[in-house]
Amino acid sequence: MATYLKQHWFSNVRADVLAGIVVALALIPEAIAFSIIAGVDPMVGLYASFIIAVVISFTGGRPGMISAATGSMALLMTPLIRDYGLDYLLAATILTGVIQVIFGIFKVAKLMKFIPNAVMIGFVNALSILIFMAQVPHFIGISTMTYVFVAITLLIIYILPRFFTAIPAPLIAIVVLSIVAIYSGTNLQTVGDLGTITKSLPNFIIPDVPFTLETLMIILPYSVALAIVGLLETLLTATIVDDMTATDSEKNREARGQGIANFINGFFGGMAGCAMIGQSVINVKSGGRTRLSTFVAGAFLMFLIIVLGDLVVQIPMPVLVGIMIMVSIGTFDWGSFSYIRKAPKSDALVMLATVVIVVATNDLSKGVIAGVVLSAVLFVAKISKIHVDRIIEDDSIRYAVKGQLFFASVEKFHESFLMDETVDKIILDFTDSQVWDDSAAVAVKKVTESYRSLGVNVTIIGLGESSRRLLNELMT
Amino acid sequence: MYQKIMLAADGSDNSTRAAREAARLANCSDDSIITIVFVADFDKAKESVLHAESKDSLELTRRKQLKPIEMVLREYDAPYQVQILHGEPAPVLINYAHTESFDLVVIGSRGLNSFQEMILGSVSHKVMKRLSCPVLLVK
Repeated sequence: MATYLKQHWFSNVRADVLAGIVVALALIPEAIAFSIIAGVDPMVGLYASFIIAVVISFTGGRPGMISAATGSMALLMTPLIRDYGLDYLLAATILTGVIQVIFGIFKVAKLMKFIPNAVMIGFVNALSILIFMAQVPHFIGISTMTYVFVAITLLIIYILPRFFTAIPAPLIAIVVLSIVAIYSGTNLQTVGDLGTITKSLPNFIIPDVPFTLETLMIILPYSVALAIVGLLETLLTATIVDDMTATDSEKNREARGQGIANFINGFFGGMAGCAMIGQSVINVKSGGRTRLSTFVAGAFLMFLIIVLGDLVVQIPMPVLVGIMIMVSIGTFDWGSFSYIRKAPKSDALVMLATVVIVVATNDLSKGVIAGVVLSAVLFVAKISKIHVDRIIEDDSIRYAVKGQLFFASVEKFHESFLMDETVDKIILDFTDSQVWDDSAAVAVKKVTESYRSLGVNVTIIGLGESSRRLLNELMT
Repeated sequence: MYQKIMLAADGSDNSTRAAREAARLANCSDDSIITIVFVADFDKAKESVLHAESKDSLELTRRKQLKPIEMVLREYDAPYQVQILHGEPAPVLINYAHTESFDLVVIGSRGLNSFQEMILGSVSHKVMKRLSCPVLLVK
């Protein structure tokens, strides 16, 4: 126990605390902006970030990773909040937690390897586009000063870090531009116009929804989508942190931990969240390595809100918009352009299809599912290409089968045989083929029987052990 | 002459040129060994992970980037080992060079002009400035 505490919590105290503080500062604007995307009070995102970060620091499987309220989850819940309100979101968050715990128990993390990277690239690109599109109503066609503030925010965010990195540039942009806006009396929309900030710790509440089957049917689709998307982004982030720190993580424990965090989160008025790529990278870059930095990030964020809550409502919206544009740019995979040119056409197609479906449906989970299905279909199409050579030998004809024989390739297999052969002996050569399933075995049997009924002798050669077993079951 | 030689490498043309010079120096004495140090940049972690099918294929991609350098060293018959580190290139290279106390660090320069250097930041410049052991900058 003592060595566990030492290794996972207190092996890197100074750097972890500092990194946690940096992350807390960077989390605040994002938590507020994601709340606005979801259509709830900023407190919902701030409470979520506090609770998820603190709980996951104990329950997670990837030390040094940051989880909080995220854009991907916020985008999924928007329609639920619009149609049913906050209490349904909280209930959905709790159910998301339950589903994720079940995922964790059944080791769903292992299924991640069945999601091709084309889908994951499409996922982050679509997320980036949706985050950007969510900002459009807050800065297009509002006022000239809105454009000016967005532009200055972006300049500060991208130029300042070249010279000064101790404090996150977005926070400097917020502080400086809020002061400028307040003292110059510029008329800008503020966070306060879109919601209120409560300077208190979250309370335990049971969501005020009827406990009926109807409620369950309303929230279930959202919870399933949230659970899938949350886990997907979490496991991607975990892999990135694994690589950066050259260490391993416990993916199933992380899935379970995310579930526990969301479950508790829902009872304390937070919106569902997951791991964040950007914040986790900031954390590791700032020196955060253990559970302590994640804990500090959450705890310090709550402390700041309690102390500085009054100031948060005065943050001009254009500054938050600027920060979200940065998040969007940072989320996009800029390697995608060379990927489209260099990757196999089918992979590029899957990536683009994932993006298009997400943007069209506004639902990340639909894009991911469609992407996985499409790539599976394309894979089957690719592997089902079968080729049968007709080779004339001394006193026989040899049909050499090349490729995988299974349900998707049996039709082509059938078409390859000429039924009006004039020889007495036909050889089916499976040296470069494998018989995979019952349809394949039936196809081989049918061809054999057709020839035999014509009085032609059929010999099968070159069968592998498993192919032979499949055929033997059928032939005897 | 120089026994422990560190070769900072990213697989680019100039790091291949640097490899040639490192190899020639290593050939000057019998017991020289070159450590090729490749830094997987934190800023590229997301992109690398997204575009890799698995952990192993990511490792393979990185080793492939070092292939031209390993070929140069083999051509000169210079003994070498490969070290892949993670972090921000300049500080990681400096830190590693100090903790492993190399006799010489060889690094290639991208040949940026002063404006590009201001915007992009030059790894070789930072390494030159902050290392206390001899550095060979190959242009």
